[in-house]
Amino acid sequence: MRPFDYHRPETSNDALNLADEEAAFIGGGTNLLDLMKLEVMTPDQLVDINRLGLDQIDEVSGGIRIGATVRNSDLADDARIRRNWSVLSRALLAGASPQLRNRATTAGNLLQRTRCPYFQDIDAPCNKRVPGSGCAAIGGELRNHAVLGTSDHCIALHPSDMAVAMRALDAEVIVRDAGGGTRTTALVEFYRLPGDTPHIETTLTPGELITGVHLPVPAGDRQVYRKVRDRASYAFALVSTAAVLRMENGKIVSASLAFGGLGTMPWRNEEIEALLTGEAPSNALFDKAGEVLMKEAELREGLEFKKPLAQRVLKAVLTEATQ
Amino acid sequence: MTLDYQIDGPENEELTKPSQGGPLGADMERRDGRDKVTGSACYAAEYRPKGLLHGVLKRAPGTGAVRLSNAEDVGTIPGVRLVLQDERMIRNAAQGTAGEAPVQGVSKAEYVGQPVALVVAENFETAWHAANRLQISCEGASLPVLPENGEVDDDMQEEAITGEPATAFSDAEVFVDETYTTPALTSAPMEPHAAVAEWHGDRLTLHGSLQMLRYNRLELADSLGIEPEKVRLRAPFVGGGFGSKLGISADCVAAALAARELGQPVRVVQHRRQVFEVNTRRSETRQRIRLAAGRDGRLTGLGHEARVSNLPGEEFSEPVLQGSYFAYAAPNRLLRSDLVRLNRPAAGSVRAPGEAVGVTVFEVAMDELAGKCGIDPVKLRLRNLPEAEPGSDRPFSSHRLADCLTKGRDSFGWDDRPAEPRQRREGEWWIGTGMAAAVRVNMVMPAEARVRLTPEGRAVVETDMTDIGTGTYSILGQIAAEGLGLAVDDVDVCLGDTDLPAGSGSGGSFGAASTGTAVWLACEEIRREIAGRMGCDAQELTLSDGHAACGNDRRSLPEVLAGEPLSGRGKLEPGEALEKVRQATWGAVFSEVAVNDVTGEVRVRRLQGTFAVGRVLNQRTARSQAQGGMTWGLGLALTEGMAHDRRDGHIVNRDLAEYHVPVNADVPHLDVHLLEDLDPWAGPLAAKGIGELGICGSGSAILNAIHHACGVRIRDLPATPDRILSGLT
Repeated sequence: MRPFDYHRPETSNDALNLADEEAAFIGGGTNLLDLMKLEVMTPDQLVDINRLGLDQIDEVSGGIRIGATVRNSDLADDARIRRNWSVLSRALLAGASPQLRNRATTAGNLLQRTRCPYFQDIDAPCNKRVPGSGCAAIGGELRNHAVLGTSDHCIALHPSDMAVAMRALDAEVIVRDAGGGTRTTALVEFYRLPGDTPHIETTLTPGELITGVHLPVPAGDRQVYRKVRDRASYAFALVSTAAVLRMENGKIVSASLAFGGLGTMPWRNEEIEALLTGEAPSNALFDKAGEVLMKEAELREGLEFKKPLAQRVLKAVLTEATQ
Repeated sequence: MTLDYQIDGPENEELTKPSQGGPLGADMERRDGRDKVTGSACYAAEYRPKGLLHGVLKRAPGTGAVRLSNAEDVGTIPGVRLVLQDERMIRNAAQGTAGEAPVQGVSKAEYVGQPVALVVAENFETAWHAANRLQISCEGASLPVLPENGEVDDDMQEEAITGEPATAFSDAEVFVDETYTTPALTSAPMEPHAAVAEWHGDRLTLHGSLQMLRYNRLELADSLGIEPEKVRLRAPFVGGGFGSKLGISADCVAAALAARELGQPVRVVQHRRQVFEVNTRRSETRQRIRLAAGRDGRLTGLGHEARVSNLPGEEFSEPVLQGSYFAYAAPNRLLRSDLVRLNRPAAGSVRAPGEAVGVTVFEVAMDELAGKCGIDPVKLRLRNLPEAEPGSDRPFSSHRLADCLTKGRDSFGWDDRPAEPRQRREGEWWIGTGMAAAVRVNMVMPAEARVRLTPEGRAVVETDMTDIGTGTYSILGQIAAEGLGLAVDDVDVCLGDTDLPAGSGSGGSFGAASTGTAVWLACEEIRREIAGRMGCDAQELTLSDGHAACGNDRRSLPEVLAGEPLSGRGKLEPGEALEKVRQATWGAVFSEVAVNDVTGEVRVRRLQGTFAVGRVLNQRTARSQAQGGMTWGLGLALTEGMAHDRRDGHIVNRDLAEYHVPVNADVPHLDVHLLEDLDPWAGPLAAKGIGELGICGSGSAILNAIHHACGVRIRDLPATPDRILSGLT
């Protein structure tokens, strides 16, 4: 692997001051180190953020704040999360393996790279890895690829389970810059669609550091996460759905839905939510929701199954959440 | 003194038989288990001779003429010692038992991923980085990579026709005619292939991760162009092979060449992705099965036609038909296999070559026939068992399939099942059961072993046999303990060194029986010597508790040895048994699965195997072998498959995150029943192969259970959720 410098600062300011344009922050390293070994990622510096004190989960007014380096296993196991944001806990436990969850961090999970095998193969052209080189996935063997939010330049899937649940929970990413300024960004603003710049995956700029994630009090008490995969554990989602719903008097008064295994970013479709809100649950309604979800899906060869699968899973999730 | 023995017929009266209740057959933990779990067992890559350098193989990103465009620049990276491009490097691993170099050369890449250079540096990280920096260009016409585009190699065709199958098919009262596909599969051993090469003058010592040292030595020497006597191979511990380490691999040849050139030891470890690419995979198959039967389910004709592939120059063809020659009776038979030449990574033996995919598919077709005839699947099979091998009329050395089927059926509780599919539902889940017969040819290979008895009365077993995780250390110790009347703890076992007598090597499920019999013969040789000293016949001699007894004359072994060691050598040859009888191992697998009606996901709830595999040498390791095989069957049915890029044939999912072997959460409790089957044609030990049998039926038991659960028949493996979903309505 390419030689690099390693720093382990004690404060966020030091971390930001140390990081140059080619630096990468490292939390758990469960994805970054693999990609560095493959030389898919070649940072010249690693800035370790594990000593910045960002490993706390704090209740704050209007919600909960999760530090950037909180481990996935700790987050999944947190009593407050399990009580009020259970969809997040379930999504985390559906991902990876216990060993990986023990290392992987909240911020790292948000920033994990696609599993597209052509992205991970330095002998293959890839616009995400080498801008302008082309996309080997298009016309190649597809399974873990996106059908929503794709472009002619990239069809890479966002692989996270955690981020899908966070998307349904209206999470905001807390970002700090070198000047000490802080901004919060909704996940929808945080991720970018590939367009013709698939190598730019988020609105994070060099010199910025994720310090945590804020989750508001959930809009619904009925929370479901369901994931379908090729084996019973340790596989990425073929399709996953996170639902956060509230029912009153037999009607859906609030619905928030996010999807994995489909989009180039953790997917959410407000049209479905508007469709469901104010309605009584019914099979016809859920079928309609499925139609809306996959309306614009680009079902390339090998990915045709995602449409019926996503629709069936959505229907089952809505049925479970409204019972 | 060597005792030569050839298995020419049923049991030889002059040879001692194992006792009942002795160390042989006992449920014993592996004697090397502690070393392995504590990390003190030393695997190939863990040898650290002084001055060790590190080499990394570089792959071709395309096919055609290979050019290294920046080798000089890479050579100047600090720490880099060598960029090696040597025509003696091998294109892919040798086929099992080749005994000669496989196709060599690096100036031309014949498949994407072929090793075309070795970069050697002072540490691994530098070598890896330098190899990544090395730019390879490949120029040439595009080569066929899709089975439908490949050219059939007429020399590789296999065809056997008995009777008039065409008539049988057209006249059938009940007829099944279906085509099935199985994907390319990988061996995925836990330990990647690795080599540490050290030269002392013109003599090479290589620590490798290899299954069959007696052949590997010849293959390595031939690749290097030196005499085999100059090569010593060591492989005392091997972390799994499953066929991928049968032949000498690219890391070994490259490490030896580089070490020679640099005058320092060199280590080459394959990257996980190279383990997929540069060794041998199981060919994808397309199989057409035709079954003609009367309404009573009795087969009147069967057809099994297969198409497989391999790289040009490889003589291996996945022997898909192997089980179909003898599994079922039918007067009219058509067996045919074609091989197309493709420029995909080489195909070779992967665990249970042939039956793993051939029997699996055939047993699905039998389930389809049972459905069409309205006959219970177990009864259908029992109704079609042959008296002798169809076509040749050779008798079976032992035939236990009926026993396995009925015992398995009874202990599983099979008869409770509804005859029709889609009858049981639990919430979202369809529940069903399925079964399959399992057959696998039994093979014996030449093997030699030496047993030394020290003056103190301890025994040492010596052979170049390997233990690839199967329990060879344990069972050879048990065999010698049984043969010499010692406690197992009084027997040391030395393996994996070509300085020792040449065992069979590990592969084809023949290792335990072949090398085990050689050890038994070596013990017999010692018995005869001791009997001579005691003045009695070997048959009258009793060896037990470290004592020799003849009639009333009982002496301790040290007393008999009188300060001198004793040594015996055993040599086994396969012999005429191979021609005179059809020898096989038998099994029946029963399964219960749940299929999710929403998602098409499958959960295997129960998997039970009943196997007749000759004498069981160690209950525990035998059970583990059966369980391992059954897990392979599960992966074959549900999760495993290589994706080859349709444009250049390269393996897209070449790591263990994307190529899905089953994980613990996929595998239920595996219920194994072993039936004692003392096959008289299996030599004095009556031991046969076990490792591969479990694969040969388990996959189809699961696929048939899926059909019974939800009515979806999967003919293109594996049965992933999307494939099941497309059949669910």
